[in-house]
Amino acid sequence: MVEVRDITFAYNQNGNNIIEDISFDIEKNQCIAILGNNGAGKSTLLKCMDRICPAQKGTVFVDGQNVYTMRKNIMAQNIAYVPQNNESINMTVFDTILLGRKPYIKWDATYEDRHIAWSIMKKMQLEDFALRNVWQLSGGELQKVMLARALAQEPKLLLLDEPTSNLDPRNQHEVLRQVKEIAQEHDICVAIIIHDLNLAIRYCERFLLLKDAQVFAYGGLEVMTPENIEEVYRIHVHIIEHMGIPVVVPFPDEKVNVSGERQTDMT
Amino acid sequence: MTDKSTIPIESYSAFINRKRLVLAISVAATAVIGLFAVSAGSLEIPASEIIKTLLGKGDPQTQTIIMNIRLPRVTAAILVGAILAVAGAVMQCVLQNPLASASTLGVSQGAAFGAALGIIVFGGGVVNSDSAATAVTINNPYIVTLCAFLCASISTLVIILLSQFKKDLGPAGLILAGVALGSLFGGGSTLLQYFADETKISAVVFWTFGNLSAADWPELLLLTIVLFAALIYFLLNRWNFNAMESGADTAKSLGVNTRAVMLISMGISSLVSAVAVSFVGIISFVGLIAPHIMRRFVGNDYRFLIPCSAIAGALLLILADTFARLVIAPVILPIGAITSFLGAPMFLYLLFRGFKYHG
Repeated sequence: MVEVRDITFAYNQNGNNIIEDISFDIEKNQCIAILGNNGAGKSTLLKCMDRICPAQKGTVFVDGQNVYTMRKNIMAQNIAYVPQNNESINMTVFDTILLGRKPYIKWDATYEDRHIAWSIMKKMQLEDFALRNVWQLSGGELQKVMLARALAQEPKLLLLDEPTSNLDPRNQHEVLRQVKEIAQEHDICVAIIIHDLNLAIRYCERFLLLKDAQVFAYGGLEVMTPENIEEVYRIHVHIIEHMGIPVVVPFPDEKVNVSGERQTDMT
Repeated sequence: MTDKSTIPIESYSAFINRKRLVLAISVAATAVIGLFAVSAGSLEIPASEIIKTLLGKGDPQTQTIIMNIRLPRVTAAILVGAILAVAGAVMQCVLQNPLASASTLGVSQGAAFGAALGIIVFGGGVVNSDSAATAVTINNPYIVTLCAFLCASISTLVIILLSQFKKDLGPAGLILAGVALGSLFGGGSTLLQYFADETKISAVVFWTFGNLSAADWPELLLLTIVLFAALIYFLLNRWNFNAMESGADTAKSLGVNTRAVMLISMGISSLVSAVAVSFVGIISFVGLIAPHIMRRFVGNDYRFLIPCSAIAGALLLILADTFARLVIAPVILPIGAITSFLGAPMFLYLLFRGFKYHG
């Protein structure tokens, strides 16, 4: 279980807080979506959780242990992070995934490290790419390799910054489905920054809505109301149900209408 | 583990063995060229004679030539080449800049200014007119080395500060900063020489040509210690360097203390470069070219890139020095000029490729 407590971050002492007093919990096997418009502090929140940008105030507990007082390699055994933009490095896919074993490596990668890297690669159907160079991969393949590297860390908490932003629709669903499967198989908590609300609803159990550097709402599907989404994103939406699946349909030109009735120029 | 799952681990082993082969071939090539460099010169010494001498069974005249002239020179080429190349590879990694090296970041020029300061102001150099090859010996190498190191550190410090606080500077910006520092120290050296007497000027000028015969066995021992100490630190950090290739954020999330690794690695790289440069003078571009040649063969995998760069640097400098000694023998061309001659086209080639470092 992950407990985030009062995380506050500002780039400089007297500047505005990018995020302020953020607190929430993630249960085991749970995928949470971090939602909010550009500049709401979503990426900063993830970086604070992984101490890439150390928060000025607050802390994170993973299974009761304080991440902010851990040694760095112990922290990396608990939390894995995949950034939004991945540099395409001049290294093979297998070596890149093996890098996920870095927090465990003392002098050199052991047979066990290589075996773990290989079995994750197999699970994600990347075995054909093993010795291919990372910079030769397509966007979807690259994203999967980065995810595989993060999973090789065998983390308890997985942080993904817009994992689907560069992917085609099929790959978006494939990557998120794999994340969800692996989270359930290995009892991992997952936090995903995602802009596609429909993908969020399909693959995440809980939703953290950020607005003006603070938590606007946090909860299950019940917080994904048209009113909340309108408040956070400043766009009018309807939520309809299609074959039992909730679908968010945006209506950017409409005015606020709490009742859900369309109020366009048709009237 | 099933049979099927062992296959890729085996093919990975084959892939790793290919990198080991690259390393082994480079070592063998260095040994062969090194042997040739010892044998070639005004007196041709056959390889069998060299091996005899190394085993202590050669005749006294050959023994003197090999142990006092040829072998120290080749050893100096190997050590200095290896030091500059390893430092270059590490600087390129921690600054994430393909054009980083001691000579492009102003570290060498800083060392040269420091050496000039040591020779002129602190009286660290004298002229010895025995022969052209040994026209200058530094009578107090420690003060010259210390001054060279301190001034090289100024360049390092400025580069580190710039890369930390001006993250939008980019590869070109850092190299421009290196050019600025280089010209600052160049100007400083010129001013020092302007007010110095003739013997001291000639000592400084000769020093800046680069001279691999300037180092004798005690200095070579120090260079060996410096090289191995740096290699051990760098090899201990090879996984950290590999992580840093994926960007600072990813490296941090993998548990790497990126700031500490960057600062210590830059400090050590410039220290060892400064020591090498302060003994044999400015030798440009080896630190830039050698790692890039090896990136072609072993990729950006620092498990192999560090030892391979060291060997490539050694090989390049032996080749350049042998060329310098033999091309218009008995005149020995300044080694610094030869490496620049080799390095400048390579530098231009990198520029034409548009700093493409990641692949």
